[in-house]
Order: sequence, then C-alpha cells, then structure tokens
Amino acid sequence: MLTDEFHPLDGGRVALLAPDGSLDHARRPEDLDDAALLRLYDQMVLLRSADQVALSLQRAGRMGTYPPTLGQEATVIGSAAALAPQDWVVPSFRELGAMFLKGVPLRLLYLYWMGSEWGSHFPEGVRVLPVCAPVGTQTLHGVGLAWAAKLKGEAAVTLIYFGDGATSKGDFHEGLNFAGVFQTPSVFVCQNNQFSISVPRRHQTAAATLAQKAVAYGFPGLVVDGNDLVAVYAATREAVARARSGGGPTLIEAQTYRLGPHTTADDPTRYRTEAELAAQAPYDPLLRVRLYLERQGLLTAAEESQRQERHEEFARQEAREAEALISADPDEMFDYTFAQLPAYLQAQKDYLHRVRGDQQEAAGG
Amino acid sequence: MAKLNMVEAINQALAEEMARDPAIIILGEDVGQLGGVFRVTDGLWQKFGPHRVMDTPLAESGIVGVSLGLAVGGFKPVAEIQFDGFVPPALDQIMSHLSRYRTRSRGRFSLPVVIRFPYGAGIHAPEHHSESPEAILAHTPGLKVVIPATPAEAKGLLISALRDPDPVVFMEPKRLYRAIREEVPEGDYAIPLGVARVVREGGQVTVVAWGAMVREALRAAEEVAAEGISAEVIDVRTISPLDDQTIAASVKKTGRVVIVHEAPRTCGLAAEIMARLNELAFLSLAAPPERVTGFDTVVPLLKLEEHYLPDAPRLSRAIRQVVHF
Repeated sequence: MLTDEFHPLDGGRVALLAPDGSLDHARRPEDLDDAALLRLYDQMVLLRSADQVALSLQRAGRMGTYPPTLGQEATVIGSAAALAPQDWVVPSFRELGAMFLKGVPLRLLYLYWMGSEWGSHFPEGVRVLPVCAPVGTQTLHGVGLAWAAKLKGEAAVTLIYFGDGATSKGDFHEGLNFAGVFQTPSVFVCQNNQFSISVPRRHQTAAATLAQKAVAYGFPGLVVDGNDLVAVYAATREAVARARSGGGPTLIEAQTYRLGPHTTADDPTRYRTEAELAAQAPYDPLLRVRLYLERQGLLTAAEESQRQERHEEFARQEAREAEALISADPDEMFDYTFAQLPAYLQAQKDYLHRVRGDQQEAAGG
Repeated sequence: MAKLNMVEAINQALAEEMARDPAIIILGEDVGQLGGVFRVTDGLWQKFGPHRVMDTPLAESGIVGVSLGLAVGGFKPVAEIQFDGFVPPALDQIMSHLSRYRTRSRGRFSLPVVIRFPYGAGIHAPEHHSESPEAILAHTPGLKVVIPATPAEAKGLLISALRDPDPVVFMEPKRLYRAIREEVPEGDYAIPLGVARVVREGGQVTVVAWGAMVREALRAAEEVAAEGISAEVIDVRTISPLDDQTIAASVKKTGRVVIVHEAPRTCGLAAEIMARLNELAFLSLAAPPERVTGFDTVVPLLKLEEHYLPDAPRLSRAIRQVVHF
C-alpha cells in the first residue's frame, strides 16, 4: 500500500515516472500497461489541445473568462482515469479533463465557459457535478454524495477536487471531518498547483504538506508528484479501492505546477518570474510520458503532430457545436428558478417581455 | 383529533412523512438520541434508526453542504440548524449552492432539502439565540421561506415543505413551541405553500403578521375591538413566495394596514409588503401604512428583550394611528 510506504509526516512522496521517462516498474499498477498508458497520454494531449482552443476562443471574444489546465494534465487525467462508471466526479473549476473523461461532452464544458447554464445540464447518467467557483465549498457536496451511496449500499466512490487555496477554507475542514466521522467512500484530490491566483502555497498554511491534514481527521493522506501520471493514477486507484471496500476516505495532495495564468483574466508576470516558469519546463507532465512511450517504440514524432492536429480539430468542432447550442431566450432566467414558476416570477418574466417588445418596436420604428 | 403543541405537531409531521417516504432523512446537531435541544425530533431516532436520523459533527455549513450531496444522491434531507443565530455559517451553502443548483444546471439537479430552525426572541435565551433572519433568506432567489404560527399550521406547512421539489427554509417560532395547544388533523394534512390565510376577519384595518407575531396581532385586534375598531388579521405563512394578492385584497377592503415583524426594521419584509401594496392597492389606501418591527439594533440579552420585541400594545397603538389618521 502506498499509504503505508509513503507517509506525509515522514516526508514521503510518491513518484513513479521520472521526468526523464524512467519508470518504477515494481510499483506500476498492474492495470496500467503500455496500451493503457498510451490511452491516458492521448487524453492528456486532448486536454492540452482543448485548453489551447479555449484560449484562442477567449482571445477572439467567443468565450468568457477561462481557467486553463496547462501543466496539471497528469493530476486531472491520472486521477479521473482511476474511477469506475458508477463513481462521481465533484469538480472545482480546473478539472475540464476529468469531467470530459467522466462523460460530459466537451461542447457542454465549452458552453459553460461561453456563458450558458446549459453547459451544466449534463446528460442523464453522467455522474459529474457542475463547476464550483466558491472555493472549497464543493468538498461538502462530494461528501454528501458519498454518504448517500453508503446509506444506499451502493459501491460508488466520489472523487472531490480542489486546489491548495481550498485547504484554508472552513468547508474543506468540515468536509474532511464529516468524511472521517461517517467513513464515506470519498477520495479528496488536492491539485496543489502552488498558487491561489497570486498567493503562493506557503502563505496558505505553515504545515509542511497539505496531505498531512488528513492525519488530523483520522484517515490516510498521501503526497504524490502531480506531474507524474503513473503516480497520480496509482495513488487514486488505491484510494478508490479502499473507499469502495468500506475503508473510508483518503486525501491525495498532487504537487503540480500551474504553467498558465489562474484564468484568462490573470497576469502571472506580476507575481512570478520568467526564470521560475522556465525552471518548470523539464517537469512538464506530458513530456515524461512521451519519453517513456517513445522508448517503448509506441510513439513517433510524425504520429505526435497528427495526434495534436486531430485533437485540435475535434476541439474546434466541439466549440462550433457549443456555439450552436447558445440560447438567447431570457425566459430561461425565470423558468428554472423553481420546479414550478411562481406568480411573482411570472410577473417579472411578463415585464421583461413587455420592455423587450417596446424596445424592438422602437428599434423597428 | 389530538390537541398538540407546535413541537408535537412538527414531530408528528416528520414521523408521518418519514413513514410514507423512505427518502426522507434527518440530520443535524443533537437530533438523534437526544431528540433535539427542543425535542422536536424526539423519538424519531428510536423509531427510524440511526441511518435515517443522524447526529452530525458541530458544523452548520457542513450540515447544509452535505445535505446538497445527499439530495443529489437521491435523499430528501431535513437539516436542522440548532438555533437562528447559527444560521450564518450555513448561509454560504444556502445562498451559493442550495438555492441556485436547479437554475444553474437548467433543471438537471433538483434539491428537495428542508432546512428547519427555531427562530425569534421571547424565551429568555442566551446571546445569538433570538434572531429573525427571514429577510436575508427571502432575498435569496430560489428559496422558499415558510413560517408557521400555530401547531396545526406547522404540521400542514411542514408536510408541504417536505413534499416540495425545491429547497425550503422552515422557520419555527420557538416562543410558540409550547405556548399553544390546539387540535391538529391526523394523517395527510398539507397546507399549500405560498397562500396566506385570514385568521380574523375585520373591516377597518388589516394587520399583517407571521410566526410569533400572529398571536400579538390577534391580541391587539381583541384590544382595539373593545374600542370599536374592526381589525382583520392575516397570517402570511409563506414569506417567499409572498401571497401579496391576499394581503392586497384585504387592504383594498379595509383601506388601512399595519405590518408587524420582530426582525430589524430596515430592509425587513414589511418594507417589501409596503412596496407591493403601493403597486397593488395604492388608490385604496386611506392612511399611510404603518409598520411595527424590531429595532435596527442587535437583539438585546434577556433583561432588555421585552423592550425590543413588538407586542400587542405597540400594535394597538399603530392600529389606532392608522384608523384615526
């Protein structure tokens, strides 16, 4: 068990695939063979392509503020890949790849950031909660969902994402505490990307790690190299198995690095140097998987450029589909507030119809 | 029909609905073995077991936040917040998530969650145990806010709240928990949400009240009746959605109105009701509307509590003022 081998209070940190592409075969999960690694690598490239298309859409004014994943692909894909179909993903706002992997169409994820609530109207059966902007508050939703599964005797695990900043919030602590008390089948994945917008990780807590906070709540915590797809997968897989078999929750701190801005509205040059960013280049989470797969003879440079083109074309097509789904019907503001529209909202909806009618008439006349 | 107080009536509503609907679960602080600090959930843990009546850690945001997840997972959680003064930590979950989930997912997620808590002053409770935060909740889109005034009303309104597909905040006037005993219909007794009731008919002035203030309004109506003033008393029942039609119909008849609440005055619900009456009954008004409210002060500790709370004499004074305008 990784949690026995690597204890956060002893400085333990799970790292299985080194930046140079060398793999710890002894600890490699048995179901993560080379074919599986290639599939997950493909998802990471897809995520990076989807990110780049989103950024270009944002610059072209076709999308609102967007939080890129750039640099955190191993954490997002490696963790979500360890889930079974009946499991839930409870995202923060930088887990587009996990939501996609769990069945949310990319067009809907784009649609949300383009500014339509329909982007959170996931298909029935897709076990993903909507994006959560109030930092850390979703921790409790995920614990409630896991608790529901436990009460119903379902073997469904809930994977709850949040960032390093969330560990300073009360709801994070309340969530972990509930999870410990009720032994809910929850896996907490902290994407420690070193920054809460501009505030560095060391300003969030005096504790040496974020994972060690699990100790206080009575369940295991684990630090993993968050840029290491194999380590993240192995840690999550173990935690999911523990949760599913009634062993309770786990907190995983995935130590990664946000290579891009917090969102498209952010300017990271105000709080970190070019040199700091450049020093991160060798730790790019895609690079080491590519090096490994190349060494295994599973990738060629020509295939790589095709892969990227294919994914970018897919993402652009999904963006066009998303734009086609944008609804300009203001009635919707009212119609989904409650299951049934109350009279006072009907009156406000009627009022908006009248003023828009008058405006259209004035414009026409 | 049995004569019950409000605690017993709420307990009966919970027990009957839990027997009818296995999705209903109760969670909160001390709601299990103890039966709640006011004994509202007395016996339910014993009857339905620890998997349907669950003591939680002491964390109000946590109670509401996990209720959201439990609701997505197929349950109908009834979350008890122990006292009005401990609602603020849960407001983030209520205002940021519970009330918004249906609309932000365009109907994909439905959250049938009931949040119950005792509210209001008048029982000589400690600090932070006497608040009336209904206006904050009524100002939140996507929430229904219900406040019963009698035991039978509490049962009927709670049953509707428990059957509602949307989040409902159910505020219980703790001052009336054991103050009134009345006949409470047994079994399936639902009072629709969003419909006010005329408690006492009258022709000269309308008194609008809810929760513990309904009793004060009835006392005042009795008091001024001796002076020949005929007051109509309306129990709003549901603060949101507000049944402005019933209130306006009464004011159109009487031409005069006094609105009472124990919450602070500024931005209190009385201001909203006055605004609605301006829209719906302006030309019927024979006198400026009056409001009798708590002050824009912190609710005082028990030695000054009676000076803070609106009561029948203050209401009678306001009634005379509008009638003799």
